[in-house]
Amino acid sequence: MVAKTHGRAARIAIASGKGGTGKTTVSLNLAAMFGAPVQLADCDVEEPNLNLFLRCEQLTSTPVTMLIPEVDANRCTGCGACGELCQFRGIVSLGTRALVFPELCHGCGGCIRVCPSGAISENPHQIGTISVGQSRTIRLVEGRLEVGVSSVSPVIRAVHQQLRDDMPAILDAPPGTSCPVTATLLGADYVLLVTDPTPFGLHDLKLAVATARTLNLPCGVVINRAGEDQVGLYQYCQAEALPVLLSLPDDRQIAEITSRGDLVAHVLPEYGLMFTELADKLQQEVLKVAGGRA
Amino acid sequence: MKKIAFSTTGQTLGAELDPRFGRSIHFLIYDLELESTQLLDNQQSRNAAQGAGIQAAEIIVRAGADTLVTGHCGPKAFRVLDAAGIAVYNCAAPTVGEALIALRSGSLSPASSADVEGHW
Repeated sequence: MVAKTHGRAARIAIASGKGGTGKTTVSLNLAAMFGAPVQLADCDVEEPNLNLFLRCEQLTSTPVTMLIPEVDANRCTGCGACGELCQFRGIVSLGTRALVFPELCHGCGGCIRVCPSGAISENPHQIGTISVGQSRTIRLVEGRLEVGVSSVSPVIRAVHQQLRDDMPAILDAPPGTSCPVTATLLGADYVLLVTDPTPFGLHDLKLAVATARTLNLPCGVVINRAGEDQVGLYQYCQAEALPVLLSLPDDRQIAEITSRGDLVAHVLPEYGLMFTELADKLQQEVLKVAGGRA
Repeated sequence: MKKIAFSTTGQTLGAELDPRFGRSIHFLIYDLELESTQLLDNQQSRNAAQGAGIQAAEIIVRAGADTLVTGHCGPKAFRVLDAAGIAVYNCAAPTVGEALIALRSGSLSPASSADVEGHW
Protein backbone atom coordinates (compact mmCIF):
# COMPACT_ATOMS: atom_id res chain seq x y z
CA MET A 1 0.00 0.00 0.00
CA VAL A 2 1.61 3.24 -1.14
CA ALA A 3 -1.28 5.70 -0.97
CA LYS A 4 -0.17 8.92 0.64
CA THR A 5 -2.13 11.56 2.49
CA HIS A 6 -0.76 14.65 4.24
CA GLY A 7 2.52 13.99 2.38
CA ARG A 8 3.16 10.75 4.27
CA ALA A 9 2.20 7.08 3.95
CA ALA A 10 -1.38 6.22 4.96
CA ARG A 11 -2.35 5.48 8.55
CA ILE A 12 -5.33 3.24 9.24
CA ALA A 13 -6.84 3.00 12.71
CA ILE A 14 -8.54 -0.25 13.75
CA ALA A 15 -11.22 0.74 16.25
CA SER A 16 -14.55 -0.38 17.69
CA GLY A 17 -17.04 0.89 20.18
CA LYS A 18 -17.51 -2.43 21.93
CA GLY A 19 -14.53 -4.27 23.37
CA GLY A 20 -13.70 -7.82 22.34
CA THR A 21 -14.84 -7.45 18.73
CA GLY A 22 -11.49 -8.51 17.27
CA LYS A 23 -9.50 -5.30 16.73
CA THR A 24 -6.21 -6.95 17.61
CA THR A 25 -6.94 -10.02 15.48
CA VAL A 26 -7.76 -7.81 12.48
CA SER A 27 -4.76 -5.51 13.08
CA LEU A 28 -2.26 -8.39 13.26
CA ASN A 29 -3.60 -10.38 10.33
CA LEU A 30 -3.96 -7.30 8.15
CA ALA A 31 -0.36 -6.31 8.94
CA ALA A 32 0.87 -9.83 8.18
CA MET A 33 -0.87 -9.86 4.77
CA PHE A 34 -0.15 -6.24 3.91
CA GLY A 35 2.12 -7.18 1.01
CA ALA A 36 4.70 -4.55 1.93
CA PRO A 37 6.62 -3.40 4.99
CA VAL A 38 4.14 -1.85 7.42
CA GLN A 39 4.13 -0.33 10.88
CA LEU A 40 1.82 -1.71 13.53
CA ALA A 41 1.16 0.62 16.46
CA ASP A 42 -0.19 -0.70 19.76
CA CYS A 43 -2.23 2.27 20.95
CA ASP A 44 -4.06 0.22 23.59
CA VAL A 45 -1.43 1.45 26.04
CA GLU A 46 -3.31 0.31 29.15
CA GLU A 47 -2.96 -3.29 28.04
CA PRO A 48 -0.70 -3.61 24.98
CA ASN A 49 -0.68 -7.16 23.60
CA LEU A 50 0.50 -7.11 19.96
CA ASN A 51 3.98 -8.28 20.88
CA LEU A 52 2.53 -11.45 22.41
CA PHE A 53 1.91 -12.42 18.77
CA LEU A 54 4.80 -10.67 17.02
CA ARG A 55 7.45 -11.75 19.56
CA CYS A 56 10.06 -9.24 18.34
CA GLU A 57 13.54 -10.47 19.18
CA GLN A 58 14.73 -7.08 20.29
CA LEU A 59 12.82 -4.06 21.56
CA THR A 60 14.30 -0.58 21.84
CA SER A 61 12.59 1.29 24.65
CA THR A 62 12.35 4.99 25.41
CA PRO A 63 10.54 6.56 28.37
CA VAL A 64 7.54 8.86 27.90
CA THR A 65 7.56 11.70 30.37
CA MET A 66 5.16 14.45 31.35
CA LEU A 67 6.14 17.69 33.09
CA ILE A 68 4.75 17.76 36.63
CA PRO A 69 4.81 20.88 38.84
CA GLU A 70 7.10 21.16 41.82
CA VAL A 71 6.42 23.78 44.49
CA ASP A 72 9.13 25.83 46.19
CA ALA A 73 7.89 25.99 49.80
CA ASN A 74 9.82 29.17 50.51
CA ARG A 75 8.24 31.11 47.67
CA CYS A 76 4.65 29.74 47.83
CA THR A 77 2.37 32.20 49.61
CA GLY A 78 -0.62 29.85 49.68
CA CYS A 79 -2.69 32.25 47.57
CA GLY A 80 -4.63 29.36 46.04
CA ALA A 81 -4.46 30.55 42.40
CA CYS A 82 -2.97 27.25 41.14
CA GLY A 83 -5.58 25.09 42.88
CA GLU A 84 -8.38 27.29 41.60
CA LEU A 85 -7.19 26.83 38.02
CA CYS A 86 -6.61 23.07 38.15
CA GLN A 87 -9.79 21.16 37.35
CA PHE A 88 -8.18 17.77 37.99
CA ARG A 89 -6.91 18.31 41.57
CA GLY A 90 -3.38 17.76 40.27
CA ILE A 91 -2.40 20.74 42.44
CA VAL A 92 -4.34 21.83 45.53
CA SER A 93 -3.83 24.97 47.59
CA LEU A 94 -6.12 25.98 50.42
CA GLY A 95 -4.40 28.91 52.06
CA THR A 96 -1.39 26.72 52.74
CA ARG A 97 1.53 25.53 50.62
CA ALA A 98 0.33 24.02 47.33
CA LEU A 99 0.23 20.21 47.25
CA VAL A 100 0.97 18.31 44.02
CA PHE A 101 -0.75 15.02 43.12
CA PRO A 102 1.29 13.76 40.12
CA GLU A 103 -1.14 10.94 39.28
CA LEU A 104 -3.95 13.45 38.75
CA CYS A 105 -1.89 16.08 36.87
CA HIS A 106 -2.54 16.41 33.13
CA GLY A 107 0.73 18.30 32.55
CA CYS A 108 -0.90 21.41 31.09
CA GLY A 109 1.48 23.80 32.87
CA GLY A 110 -1.38 26.20 33.72
CA CYS A 111 -0.45 26.37 37.41
CA ILE A 112 2.98 27.76 36.50
CA ARG A 113 1.41 30.52 34.42
CA VAL A 114 -1.04 31.66 37.11
CA CYS A 115 1.39 31.49 40.06
CA PRO A 116 2.08 35.15 40.98
CA SER A 117 5.16 34.36 43.06
CA GLY A 118 7.08 32.12 40.65
CA ALA A 119 7.04 29.28 43.16
CA ILE A 120 6.28 26.51 40.66
CA SER A 121 8.76 24.77 38.37
CA GLU A 122 8.39 21.61 36.27
CA ASN A 123 10.07 18.22 36.43
CA PRO A 124 9.74 15.27 34.06
CA HIS A 125 7.75 12.35 35.48
CA GLN A 126 7.69 9.00 33.64
CA ILE A 127 4.16 8.04 32.58
CA GLY A 128 4.92 5.32 30.04
CA THR A 129 7.35 3.56 27.70
CA ILE A 130 7.53 3.30 23.91
CA SER A 131 9.10 0.09 22.55
CA VAL A 132 10.05 -0.38 18.92
CA GLY A 133 10.86 -3.75 17.34
CA GLN A 134 10.81 -5.67 14.07
CA SER A 135 9.01 -8.93 13.28
CA ARG A 136 9.35 -10.04 9.62
CA THR A 137 7.83 -7.21 7.52
CA ILE A 138 6.19 -5.55 10.54
CA ARG A 139 7.71 -2.67 12.47
CA LEU A 140 6.06 -2.67 15.91
CA VAL A 141 5.63 0.55 17.89
CA GLU A 142 4.18 -0.27 21.28
CA GLY A 143 2.99 2.21 23.93
CA ARG A 144 2.78 1.05 27.54
CA LEU A 145 1.35 3.12 30.40
CA GLU A 146 3.03 3.05 33.81
CA VAL A 147 1.05 1.36 36.57
CA GLY A 148 -0.99 3.89 38.59
CA VAL A 149 -0.92 6.58 35.88
CA SER A 150 -4.18 7.84 34.38
CA SER A 151 -2.79 10.11 31.62
CA VAL A 152 -3.36 7.76 28.69
CA SER A 153 -3.51 10.20 25.76
CA PRO A 154 0.05 11.60 26.06
CA VAL A 155 1.43 8.05 25.78
CA ILE A 156 -0.68 7.44 22.65
CA ARG A 157 0.56 10.71 21.14
CA ALA A 158 4.13 9.53 21.87
CA VAL A 159 3.37 6.35 19.89
CA HIS A 160 2.32 8.51 16.92
CA GLN A 161 5.56 10.49 17.19
CA GLN A 162 7.61 7.29 16.87
CA LEU A 163 5.92 6.33 13.58
CA ARG A 164 7.90 6.82 10.40
CA ASP A 165 6.36 8.88 7.60
CA ASP A 166 7.71 6.74 4.75
CA MET A 167 5.92 3.51 5.74
CA PRO A 168 2.16 2.94 6.09
CA ALA A 169 0.85 2.26 9.57
CA ILE A 170 -1.95 0.29 11.19
CA LEU A 171 -3.03 1.71 14.54
CA ASP A 172 -4.63 -0.78 16.97
CA ALA A 173 -6.93 1.45 19.06
CA PRO A 174 -8.27 0.83 22.56
CA PRO A 175 -12.02 0.01 22.79
CA GLY A 176 -14.69 2.61 23.44
CA THR A 177 -15.07 6.19 22.22
CA SER A 178 -13.36 8.18 24.98
CA CYS A 179 -10.16 10.29 24.96
CA PRO A 180 -7.68 7.41 24.34
CA VAL A 181 -9.65 6.46 21.22
CA THR A 182 -9.82 9.99 19.86
CA ALA A 183 -6.09 10.40 20.61
CA THR A 184 -5.49 7.32 18.44
CA LEU A 185 -7.87 8.41 15.65
CA LEU A 186 -6.40 11.93 15.44
CA GLY A 187 -3.29 10.45 13.86
CA ALA A 188 -5.20 8.37 11.29
CA ASP A 189 -6.41 8.91 7.71
CA TYR A 190 -9.01 6.14 7.73
CA VAL A 191 -10.88 4.20 10.41
CA LEU A 192 -11.70 0.52 10.12
CA LEU A 193 -14.39 -0.34 12.65
CA VAL A 194 -14.61 -3.93 13.85
CA THR A 195 -17.99 -5.05 15.15
CA ASP A 196 -20.15 -8.14 15.60
CA PRO A 197 -23.84 -8.76 14.78
CA THR A 198 -25.11 -8.40 18.34
CA PRO A 199 -27.31 -5.65 19.85
CA PHE A 200 -24.33 -4.40 21.88
CA GLY A 201 -22.05 -4.57 18.81
CA LEU A 202 -24.44 -2.48 16.70
CA HIS A 203 -25.16 0.01 19.49
CA ASP A 204 -21.48 0.71 20.06
CA LEU A 205 -20.69 0.73 16.33
CA LYS A 206 -23.06 3.68 16.02
CA LEU A 207 -21.16 5.53 18.75
CA ALA A 208 -17.84 4.75 17.05
CA VAL A 209 -19.13 5.95 13.66
CA ALA A 210 -20.33 9.19 15.28
CA THR A 211 -16.88 9.65 16.84
CA ALA A 212 -15.04 9.07 13.54
CA ARG A 213 -17.39 11.40 11.67
CA THR A 214 -16.97 14.12 14.29
CA LEU A 215 -13.26 13.90 13.52
CA ASN A 216 -14.02 14.04 9.75
CA LEU A 217 -12.52 10.59 9.20
CA PRO A 218 -13.88 8.18 6.60
CA CYS A 219 -14.72 4.70 7.89
CA GLY A 220 -15.28 1.15 6.77
CA VAL A 221 -16.50 -1.88 8.68
CA VAL A 222 -15.26 -5.39 9.45
CA ILE A 223 -17.97 -7.73 10.73
CA ASN A 224 -16.51 -10.39 12.96
CA ARG A 225 -18.26 -13.62 14.03
CA ALA A 226 -20.65 -12.96 11.17
CA GLY A 227 -23.64 -15.26 11.18
CA GLU A 228 -27.33 -14.68 11.32
CA ASP A 229 -27.86 -10.91 11.44
CA GLN A 230 -30.73 -10.45 13.87
CA VAL A 231 -30.03 -6.84 14.65
CA GLY A 232 -29.98 -5.25 11.19
CA LEU A 233 -26.24 -4.58 11.11
CA TYR A 234 -25.93 -4.84 7.32
CA GLN A 235 -28.96 -2.59 6.83
CA TYR A 236 -27.41 -0.01 9.14
CA CYS A 237 -24.11 -0.10 7.22
CA GLN A 238 -25.94 0.28 3.92
CA ALA A 239 -28.10 3.16 5.17
CA GLU A 240 -25.03 4.95 6.51
CA ALA A 241 -22.99 4.26 3.34
CA LEU A 242 -20.39 2.36 5.36
CA PRO A 243 -18.55 -0.16 3.17
CA VAL A 244 -18.31 -3.63 4.73
CA LEU A 245 -14.76 -4.53 3.75
CA LEU A 246 -14.61 -7.95 5.40
CA SER A 247 -16.94 -10.45 7.05
CA LEU A 248 -15.15 -13.01 9.21
CA PRO A 249 -17.18 -16.14 9.92
CA ASP A 250 -17.92 -17.36 13.44
CA ASP A 251 -15.25 -20.03 13.19
CA ARG A 252 -13.88 -21.82 16.27
CA GLN A 253 -10.53 -22.31 14.49
CA ILE A 254 -9.87 -18.55 14.62
CA ALA A 255 -10.19 -18.57 18.41
CA GLU A 256 -8.03 -21.66 18.79
CA ILE A 257 -5.22 -20.37 16.56
CA THR A 258 -5.29 -16.93 18.14
CA SER A 259 -5.24 -18.38 21.67
CA ARG A 260 -1.98 -20.16 20.78
CA GLY A 261 -0.42 -16.83 19.81
CA ASP A 262 -0.49 -17.64 16.08
CA LEU A 263 -2.01 -15.65 13.23
CA VAL A 264 -4.91 -17.22 11.39
CA ALA A 265 -3.71 -15.64 8.13
CA HIS A 266 -0.45 -17.59 8.45
CA VAL A 267 -2.02 -20.89 9.49
CA LEU A 268 -5.09 -21.10 7.22
CA PRO A 269 -4.59 -19.99 3.58
CA GLU A 270 -8.27 -19.11 3.06
CA TYR A 271 -7.97 -16.51 5.82
CA GLY A 272 -4.65 -15.31 4.44
CA LEU A 273 -6.51 -14.56 1.22
CA MET A 274 -9.30 -12.72 3.05
CA PHE A 275 -6.82 -10.38 4.73
CA THR A 276 -4.91 -9.83 1.48
CA GLU A 277 -8.21 -8.76 -0.07
CA LEU A 278 -8.91 -6.52 2.92
CA ALA A 279 -5.53 -4.82 2.38
CA ASP A 280 -6.38 -4.26 -1.32
CA LYS A 281 -9.81 -2.82 -0.50
CA LEU A 282 -8.32 -0.51 2.11
CA GLN A 283 -5.82 0.74 -0.44
CA GLN A 284 -8.69 1.69 -2.74
CA GLU A 285 -10.59 3.35 0.13
CA VAL A 286 -7.56 5.38 1.18
CA LEU A 287 -6.88 6.36 -2.44
CA LYS A 288 -10.44 7.69 -2.63
CA VAL A 289 -9.75 9.83 0.43
CA ALA A 290 -6.44 11.05 -0.96
CA GLY A 291 -8.15 11.80 -4.28
CA GLY A 292 -10.91 13.70 -2.50
CA ARG A 293 -8.36 15.85 -0.73
CA ALA A 294 -6.14 16.52 -3.75
CA MET B 1 -11.83 21.92 68.65
CA LYS B 2 -14.69 24.14 67.51
CA LYS B 3 -16.25 22.83 64.32
CA ILE B 4 -16.46 19.10 63.67
CA ALA B 5 -17.28 17.60 60.27
CA PHE B 6 -18.91 14.17 60.07
CA SER B 7 -19.35 12.08 56.90
CA THR B 8 -22.97 10.94 56.81
CA THR B 9 -25.57 9.32 54.61
CA GLY B 10 -28.34 11.34 56.30
CA GLN B 11 -29.01 14.86 57.47
CA THR B 12 -29.23 14.81 61.28
CA LEU B 13 -27.22 13.72 64.32
CA GLY B 14 -29.25 10.51 64.41
CA ALA B 15 -28.19 9.56 60.86
CA GLU B 16 -25.65 6.93 59.87
CA LEU B 17 -21.94 7.86 59.93
CA ASP B 18 -20.85 7.25 56.32
CA PRO B 19 -17.76 4.98 56.42
CA ARG B 20 -16.56 6.57 53.16
CA PHE B 21 -15.03 10.02 53.26
CA GLY B 22 -14.48 11.11 49.64
CA ARG B 23 -17.74 9.65 48.39
CA SER B 24 -19.81 10.34 51.49
CA ILE B 25 -23.35 11.55 50.70
CA HIS B 26 -23.24 14.60 52.99
CA PHE B 27 -21.10 16.28 55.61
CA LEU B 28 -22.74 17.40 58.83
CA ILE B 29 -20.81 20.21 60.51
CA TYR B 30 -21.39 20.44 64.26
CA ASP B 31 -20.46 23.70 66.00
CA LEU B 32 -19.48 22.87 69.60
CA GLU B 33 -19.93 26.44 70.90
CA LEU B 34 -23.25 27.16 69.27
CA GLU B 35 -24.39 23.52 69.49
CA SER B 36 -25.75 23.96 65.97
CA THR B 37 -25.49 21.85 62.83
CA GLN B 38 -24.96 22.71 59.17
CA LEU B 39 -25.44 20.27 56.29
CA LEU B 40 -23.07 20.24 53.28
CA ASP B 41 -23.68 18.38 50.05
CA ASN B 42 -20.89 16.22 48.58
CA GLN B 43 -22.51 15.56 45.20
CA GLN B 44 -19.69 17.07 43.16
CA SER B 45 -17.03 14.86 44.76
CA ARG B 46 -19.26 11.81 44.47
CA ASN B 47 -19.53 12.35 40.73
CA ALA B 48 -15.80 12.98 40.18
CA ALA B 49 -14.03 10.26 38.22
CA GLN B 50 -10.90 10.78 40.28
CA GLY B 51 -9.79 12.91 43.21
CA ALA B 52 -13.06 12.63 45.18
CA GLY B 53 -11.17 12.54 48.48
CA ILE B 54 -9.21 15.68 47.62
CA GLN B 55 -12.37 17.50 46.62
CA ALA B 56 -14.22 16.39 49.76
CA ALA B 57 -11.27 17.59 51.84
CA GLU B 58 -11.56 20.99 50.14
CA ILE B 59 -15.23 21.17 51.14
CA ILE B 60 -14.31 20.48 54.77
CA VAL B 61 -11.53 23.08 54.75
CA ARG B 62 -13.71 25.75 53.15
CA ALA B 63 -16.47 25.08 55.69
CA GLY B 64 -14.04 26.14 58.40
CA ALA B 65 -14.03 22.80 60.22
CA ASP B 66 -11.00 21.97 62.35
CA THR B 67 -11.88 18.33 62.99
CA LEU B 68 -13.13 15.46 60.81
CA VAL B 69 -14.77 12.28 62.05
CA THR B 70 -15.25 9.64 59.34
CA GLY B 71 -14.98 5.91 58.74
CA HIS B 72 -11.95 5.77 56.51
CA CYS B 73 -9.64 8.34 54.95
CA GLY B 74 -7.29 7.65 52.01
CA PRO B 75 -3.80 9.07 51.41
CA LYS B 76 -4.63 11.95 49.06
CA ALA B 77 -7.47 13.30 51.22
CA PHE B 78 -5.31 12.91 54.32
CA ARG B 79 -2.50 14.96 52.76
CA VAL B 80 -4.88 17.84 52.03
CA LEU B 81 -6.54 17.69 55.47
CA ASP B 82 -3.19 17.43 57.22
CA ALA B 83 -1.76 20.38 55.29
CA ALA B 84 -4.81 22.43 56.31
CA GLY B 85 -4.32 21.47 59.97
CA ILE B 86 -7.52 19.44 60.29
CA ALA B 87 -7.45 16.61 62.85
CA VAL B 88 -8.80 13.37 61.38
CA TYR B 89 -10.51 10.75 63.56
CA ASN B 90 -11.44 7.32 62.22
CA CYS B 91 -14.55 6.03 63.93
CA ALA B 92 -16.68 2.92 63.58
CA ALA B 93 -19.71 4.30 65.46
CA PRO B 94 -22.99 3.61 63.64
CA THR B 95 -24.41 7.13 63.89
CA VAL B 96 -23.13 10.71 63.84
CA GLY B 97 -24.53 11.28 67.35
CA GLU B 98 -22.69 8.29 68.79
CA ALA B 99 -19.49 9.38 67.02
CA LEU B 100 -19.87 12.83 68.60
CA ILE B 101 -20.25 11.26 72.06
CA ALA B 102 -17.17 9.07 71.46
CA LEU B 103 -15.16 12.10 70.33
CA ARG B 104 -16.19 14.26 73.31
CA SER B 105 -15.49 11.47 75.81
CA GLY B 106 -11.92 11.32 74.52
CA SER B 107 -12.13 7.70 73.44
CA LEU B 108 -10.99 8.52 69.88
CA SER B 109 -7.41 9.41 69.01
CA PRO B 110 -6.37 11.48 66.00
CA ALA B 111 -5.01 9.60 62.99
CA SER B 112 -1.40 10.19 62.02
CA SER B 113 -1.84 8.85 58.49
CA ALA B 114 -4.38 7.52 56.02
CA ASP B 115 -5.98 4.28 57.24
CA VAL B 116 -6.78 2.86 53.79
CA GLU B 117 -4.98 2.64 50.42
CA GLY B 118 -5.80 5.03 47.63
CA HIS B 119 -8.18 3.58 45.05
CA TRP B 120 -9.54 4.56 41.64
